Amino acid sequence: MSLLEAVVGLGDDALVLGQRLSEWCGKSPWLEEDLAMANTALDFLGRARLLYGYAEALGGCDEDAYAFQRDARDFTNLLIYELPCADFASACARQFLVDAFDALHLERLSESADAELAGIAAKAHKEALYHHRRSVAWLVRLGDGTAESRCRMQKALADVWGYHAELFAPVEAEADLIAKGVLPDRAALRPQWLAAVTATLDEATLAPPGADGRIDGGRQGQHTEHLSPMLAEMQHLHRSHPGARW
Amino acid sequence: MAEAANELRDAEARFDQRIKRDERVEPKDWMPDGYRRTLIRQISQHAHSEVIGMQPEGSWITRAPSLKRKLILLAKVQDEGGHGLYLYSAAETLGASRDEMIDALQEGRAKYSSIFNYPALTWADIGAIGWLVDSAAIVNQIPLQRCSYGPYARAMVRICKEESFHQRQGYDIMLTLARGTAAQKAMAQDALDRWWWPTLMMFGPPDAESVHTSQSFAWKIKRHSNDELRQKFIDQAVPQAEVLGLAIPDPDLAWDEASGHYRIGPIDWDEFQRVVAGDGPCNRQRLAHHRRVREDGAWVREAVEAHAAKARARGARVGVEGAPDAAV
Repeated sequence: MSLLEAVVGLGDDALVLGQRLSEWCGKSPWLEEDLAMANTALDFLGRARLLYGYAEALGGCDEDAYAFQRDARDFTNLLIYELPCADFASACARQFLVDAFDALHLERLSESADAELAGIAAKAHKEALYHHRRSVAWLVRLGDGTAESRCRMQKALADVWGYHAELFAPVEAEADLIAKGVLPDRAALRPQWLAAVTATLDEATLAPPGADGRIDGGRQGQHTEHLSPMLAEMQHLHRSHPGARW
Repeated sequence: MAEAANELRDAEARFDQRIKRDERVEPKDWMPDGYRRTLIRQISQHAHSEVIGMQPEGSWITRAPSLKRKLILLAKVQDEGGHGLYLYSAAETLGASRDEMIDALQEGRAKYSSIFNYPALTWADIGAIGWLVDSAAIVNQIPLQRCSYGPYARAMVRICKEESFHQRQGYDIMLTLARGTAAQKAMAQDALDRWWWPTLMMFGPPDAESVHTSQSFAWKIKRHSNDELRQKFIDQAVPQAEVLGLAIPDPDLAWDEASGHYRIGPIDWDEFQRVVAGDGPCNRQRLAHHRRVREDGAWVREAVEAHAAKARARGARVGVEGAPDAAV
């Protein structure tokens, strides 16, 4: 894997989650939460633009070509980011797992041997710490709230749990960049992540999901059925007017 | 009884003097019931307009044609939610609760700006809403920065600043489309055709028919008439349309040298009345969405209350670490 491909993969992670989060604007349980969801979405979308901007500097295409002119099979985001949310609990469950991951991963990435990538990660890490604080607070509130909220959180966690393993699954093509100190070894982050997640689940009076299933393939462009419809909505206007400027 | 009546008369006289001296009225000050009711009606209607207004634009966030536009639109819709929050808070200083105000909206007892009952059909509508609707809102709201009620006036100062960014982003979208491909230019013209007249109606009925006007003037809640503000908007917007190279959809539009104003053709006030009465293209859709979101979030709000109660019972800190608890 080239540095360019690695940067685009990270950009895709951020874009796809930013798009999913932006779907919540105007649909949250509170007006305050609409603003918070929009803020989080803006952070992820902003991160995507920085990463695509770097990809362009490395000889790739421009940010809108990455976002709007590729098909699902060309996207290399990890699958957990593209999942749709059935309800607020599923948005919270996914966010909690990925924020806990980002808090660790981006810290390591901010020490990358590649200075540009390190700089982007350092900025994103500051945001991730805040996102993580917020998603932990939601997990605890909904887990240790009413019987209904606990039941919904427990189900949402079970639904998303099978996708967490991919966050740590070694991708053969990344080995070279890991050896050069450009990318962190994601697999090595899992014990610390699991300890942090388990501690929060305990505080939230939630049981850790039992089966440690594993669904992956995102970095190879093998996605869930959910990505393509999401891209169809996101890309249709841009693609309907080839060459137009917006 | 006579003593109480005298006291009330004195209080009213003192209040009227304060208004005359252009002093701001603050939440804990004595105020006539009618003044309080008028403000609650107007501020909550304004808050509802911001929140309902998130729907037509919000529907394009996921479809924005570039990443830059997506970020700007998301930030704009977020600002509108923020405006809704300031305004609900300003109305709460008058003793209305947010839940009561939202009940009134959902039960059709409180209105919101009729403009948001029109659909956002294409991306150019996002440009037209920013350019025209936000311009009209600014024209309406600038005088409100000097409204006699302090919290409303102060909320308006911040809101007007943000609205001017919104207006510029809308005009920038229109300019980009108008200078773009033939299809983009046609999209921009179509949006102007559909949003022009409803925007003129945003200023409310003609002065001769405006029911709330005279008392609001006396209380310095309102400082310019509907027709004056509408004219101000028209005089700004017509030259802007010329720069865009787009045609205002009004065959009677003409520059009147004598008065120094543009004159327009007749506004279809029957349409306005129909939309205000609930029969616009999107009235039912907007309220149904608002109700559905409130219902969908009910279990979350109940959970937050239950969690806060448990934490209180345990003597734990509440609302310190997690902002949403504090916001409940």
